[in-house]
Amino acid sequence: MASKAYPVAIPAAADWRDFLALTKPRVLSLVVFTGLCGLLAAPQSINPVLGFTAVLCIAMGAGAAGALNQWYEADLDAMMVRTANRPLPAGRMDRQSALHFGVGLGAFSVILMGLALNLLAAAILAVSILFYVVVYTIWLKRRTPQNIVIGGAAGAFPALIGWAAATGRVETLPVLLFAMVFLWTPPHFWALALFINSDYARAGVPMLPAVVGQRATRIQIMLYAVPMAVAAVAPWPLGLTGALYGIGSCLLSALFVLLAVRVGFSRETDQAAMKPERQLFAFSILYLFLVFGLLVADKVVL
Amino acid sequence: MNLTPDEEAEIRRRQKSRAIVMALLLGGFVILMYAISIAKML
Repeated sequence: MASKAYPVAIPAAADWRDFLALTKPRVLSLVVFTGLCGLLAAPQSINPVLGFTAVLCIAMGAGAAGALNQWYEADLDAMMVRTANRPLPAGRMDRQSALHFGVGLGAFSVILMGLALNLLAAAILAVSILFYVVVYTIWLKRRTPQNIVIGGAAGAFPALIGWAAATGRVETLPVLLFAMVFLWTPPHFWALALFINSDYARAGVPMLPAVVGQRATRIQIMLYAVPMAVAAVAPWPLGLTGALYGIGSCLLSALFVLLAVRVGFSRETDQAAMKPERQLFAFSILYLFLVFGLLVADKVVL
Repeated sequence: MNLTPDEEAEIRRRQKSRAIVMALLLGGFVILMYAISIAKML
């Protein structure tokens, strides 16, 4: 994108669009959405300005984590087609700029959250950034095929932060939302890893399919889909949400599990022909948007 | 570092665009802090 408009690679003078690209804007959309839904689903209403600030802080925190991830993984990104055009591997930015930008943005987001909202939300935001950068990116991603499982926790934080920003507390519902996103992440990423397996393997990332094989990965996808569905549906029988969310999440989770089972029993090895895997990956994104959307609709409507 | 005139012009252009974006962000931050201060008083 940016390289087409600015073909000259001069690391000392990165374009502002390169800094924006460091924040992984596409990932941010899901983070902002789940954070906003956590905020809106909370029992206490919040001043719109403070609500906006909370979501902005969540987005900046996630953007900082993305920037620091790209700072650390520049060598790895250069080896994968999907990431080779990012600002650092493409040579449009020097690593120090990315590091300063990431640390500055992360610190700013946590301080602003603490001052404008509350210390609990700021503390969880800080933990989520550190978790993604230190535990996932630096520690686990290159060491274990379970990297995605642990890394999934980082992506599960926004709903919890949104709720904490509105209420100043952590309660059962946001913890279940956390569990749902945590358990959603492995089937989501492993479905992707099944049909772009070679790319990760070339970069030396121990993605599950490259380490234990496709058969074991497919079984793992099924095994994670079931507790994920339980965590997604659980708020309804526990009396934390109404029937709109309950029935909607039951149907969506059943479809998710069905798609996961189809992937689980598939024996396809040709990546180009992996239609169920692509369908599960595409649906998993829609699933998260719809379940969180239902959560807010349930609170607003009922 | 020896830069060609074209490269130097490109660097200046990028610096200028970054400065404009930074100014807009700072302006937005000032407005946001004002709005937060008002919201906290309510």
